[in-house]
Parts: sequence; structure tokens; C-alpha cells
Amino acid sequence: MHTVTDTHLFRAVSDATKKALEIAETHLPEDVTAALEAAYASEEEPIARAELGAILDNIALAEETKRPICQDTGVPVIFITLPPDIPYTPAIEEGVRDGVTRATASVPLRPNVVSPMTRANSGTNCGEGMPVVHITPGDTFMLTVLPKGAGSENVSRIAMLLPSQVDNVRRFIVETALEAGGRPCPPIILGVGIGGTFDRAAFLAKEALLEPIDEMDTFEQQICDDVNHLGIGPMGLGGRTTCLAVKVKQAGCHTASLPVAVNIQCWAARRATVRVIL
Amino acid sequence: MTIELATPLGDEILDLKAGDRVTLTGMVYTARDEAHLRMQEEGFPFDPEGAAVYHCGPVISGETVIAAGPTTSARMNALTGFLLDAGVRTLIGKGGMSADVLGLLEGRAVYLAFTGGCAALAASRMKVRGVWFEDLGMPEAVWALELDHLPLTVGMDAHGHNLFGDVAARAEAEFAQMFPK
Ligand code: SF4
Repeated sequence: MHTVTDTHLFRAVSDATKKALEIAETHLPEDVTAALEAAYASEEEPIARAELGAILDNIALAEETKRPICQDTGVPVIFITLPPDIPYTPAIEEGVRDGVTRATASVPLRPNVVSPMTRANSGTNCGEGMPVVHITPGDTFMLTVLPKGAGSENVSRIAMLLPSQVDNVRRFIVETALEAGGRPCPPIILGVGIGGTFDRAAFLAKEALLEPIDEMDTFEQQICDDVNHLGIGPMGLGGRTTCLAVKVKQAGCHTASLPVAVNIQCWAARRATVRVIL
Repeated sequence: MTIELATPLGDEILDLKAGDRVTLTGMVYTARDEAHLRMQEEGFPFDPEGAAVYHCGPVISGETVIAAGPTTSARMNALTGFLLDAGVRTLIGKGGMSADVLGLLEGRAVYLAFTGGCAALAASRMKVRGVWFEDLGMPEAVWALELDHLPLTVGMDAHGHNLFGDVAARAEAEFAQMFPK
């Protein structure tokens, strides 16, 4: 077992954050690109095909030129797994902030983070309590970034349904996609959290967006089909593909509650995981 | 079939129908909320006659467009009338605009949709030609960008047709059938 100083930890986490952001902002994960390609192949409407074609061209260009995929480079949401031999100290979060600040200059990222009431922009994509950092125990020291754009975050919803409304869960999820329409840049992915508490449901919905989208269970597939049935299509201009995937996570909840959170993710479903090297 | 358009635009845009695919070449001017308010107060820094206004907050580094995809146009719904009155012939953005704007477009201008999020694609078809109101910050300033065949879809035409509205109405009807009250 080695001793890890705060200086080491800070440097390692900062480097990992910067690297993960550089990858995430310029390369889409393979499962997402594959889903978009499959959608392109299945579309018959010329407008929908043209929109998906532009998206695929854009993905290839971003990769080639190492430019951001979208000009809304999002706010970074960070997930870290911490093995037992690494101390949990404030150096970890400080390292994340440093890495985000450096990536803002190197990619470059659009400075998106402002103070909520004064709207003053920090210029670094960091602010009070921002970026959001989730740390959980794990076997290896890994860091995942999920840059989240505002277009899809702004139309996400949470409902505290009644325990008698289990049958309405599906309706609420599909209705969320209906009301969002073309605003979250469809095709979208829906991260759904069912159960837990008010805050837990929202977290599960966000966490569900980390899951690979090449597999769905029956319930997820059913909701995905429902949403595609609406015909909103790429960019809300009509077509078969409105939703690439639905991912659901559940947690136990109070016998008198039924929280349901739907976190919408746009087609620019950026996420990247790197190992933190000490 | 793709229709090729070039700025300054004239009456050729009256022939466009919602759903047509076009490419646009020539100068466009970016404007978001703040730029609209500034132009309303101080007037246009560019000639609005036949002009194209792009709802976009770009990332620019020096003379290079790094990323320049469209922003949500609906935020500018209430700020659009004066542009059209001054002769602006097209608004470019994502997500479409309100029924009021559809009325204002009638007989004089169109709304063109650019694929949301396609910032790298947009950047590859653009050159920076000038900037005004830089004090508003990079995304809110008015940038003159020269386009080279940017691919767009006519979302709203000059004859009251709105592709976004049609799609949304059909989606509502589907939903009502899937989940009857
Ligand atoms: S919703 Fe996504 S793709 Fe659309 S502008 Fe925002 S971040 Fe980009």
C-alpha cells in the first residue's frame, strides 16, 4: 500500500478530469453513434434523414478537427469511484475544479456556469457547488464526466405520483417527451428514476444516463416505442426516431410515495471514463 | 432536391414551402436575447434589408469559429417584429417560433431550421467577418459570419405553414390515443 499525498491526489484528479472532458466533448461514445447510424438507416422521411445525416457529419467532423461536438459544451457532472486505499479528502474535489478550469481553456469549452441569482459568469465552468461531483466506493480509481447541456436539462421533469398511480408512470414519462417536443434536440435518450425520495429519484435519472444504450429491458423498450410513436422526429421536424433509448433505475420508496424523475438527454450524449493515474 | 439561397435575400424566399431543404451562402448576423434588445434601442449595426439573422451564441477563438450551432429560437419570439419590419428576410435557429411570429412572417420572410447541436458542422461552413456589441460577451455579441452552403430546412414559410406546429399537433393526437384520459 502506498501513501498518497494531497498534492498527488489533486494533480492526478485534475489531469483525469481534463482528459475525460477533452475526450467527451469531441467524441461521442460508440453506442450512441451506433444508435444514430441505425436511426439514419431506418428513416424514410427525407427531412428526418437530412437531420440525422447532418448529425452524423457533425460527429465525424468534431472528431477529425478535435472541436466540440456542440457549442453548448454543458456543465460537467462528475462521477468518481474511489478504491479503499485512496483517502477521501478535499483534494479530490479541488482537483476536479482545477481540471474543469484547465479544460475550459484547452478544448475550449464555453463558459456556462453563472451564479444563479446575479447571473455573473465565473469564466471557468466552476461555481459554488459546481461542478457536481459524486463519489462512491469502488475497486478501481475511475472518473467519468457527463457534460450536460441546458436544452435537454431544462425540459426534464419530476413528479410525486400517488401510490395508486403506478399505471401512470409510463404516461408521465411519455408526456415529458411530448411536452419537450423538438426543444431538447431529439433524438433523445431518457434517463428515468423511479422510487427513492424526491432527490434520489432525480439522481437515479441522471445516473441512468451513464448506462450503455445498446440494451433495453421490456419496460424500457415499451416506453421507447411509445415515444417514437409520437412522431416528433429528429429536431421536432417529424420522423420515426424521437428516442434512441430509455434507461430506468429504481429504488425503494415510502409506502405513501411514488417519485418519478425523467432526465432528458439530447443526441449529443457525451460521456467519457478514464482511470485516475497516481 | 436542395434549393440554393444566397444573401442578401429577396422575393425568392416567398417561393419556399415548409419542409423544403435549402442551403444558404453569404453573410448572416448572429443575435440572441441581449443583441435583440440592444438593436431595438440603438439600431442595426448591419444593413437589415434582405438580411439573415442567426439565433446563435458561438464559440470564437481569434478569427476562427470553433463552434456555432443554433440556440432555441422561441426565446426571441417577442423580440422579432422589429427585425422583419426593417427588412430581415430570414431567421435561422432551432425549435421553431410562435404562432405570432408565423403571422409576422406572412408575405415577407421565412424561418430556417439548422440541426441543433451541429456546431462542428456549422463551424466548418463559416468564416468570421466582423463583430459588434462585444461588451455583451462572446455568445451575446452580434457576429458577422460568412456561410458556405449551410444545409437548412424551411421550418416556417411566408404563407402560414409551420412544420413544427404540424408535427406537434400530430404528436398530441397520438398521445391522446395512446393514453386516453
Ligand atoms: S440540447 Fe444538446 S445538442 Fe442541443 S444545443 Fe443543447 S447540448 Fe447541444
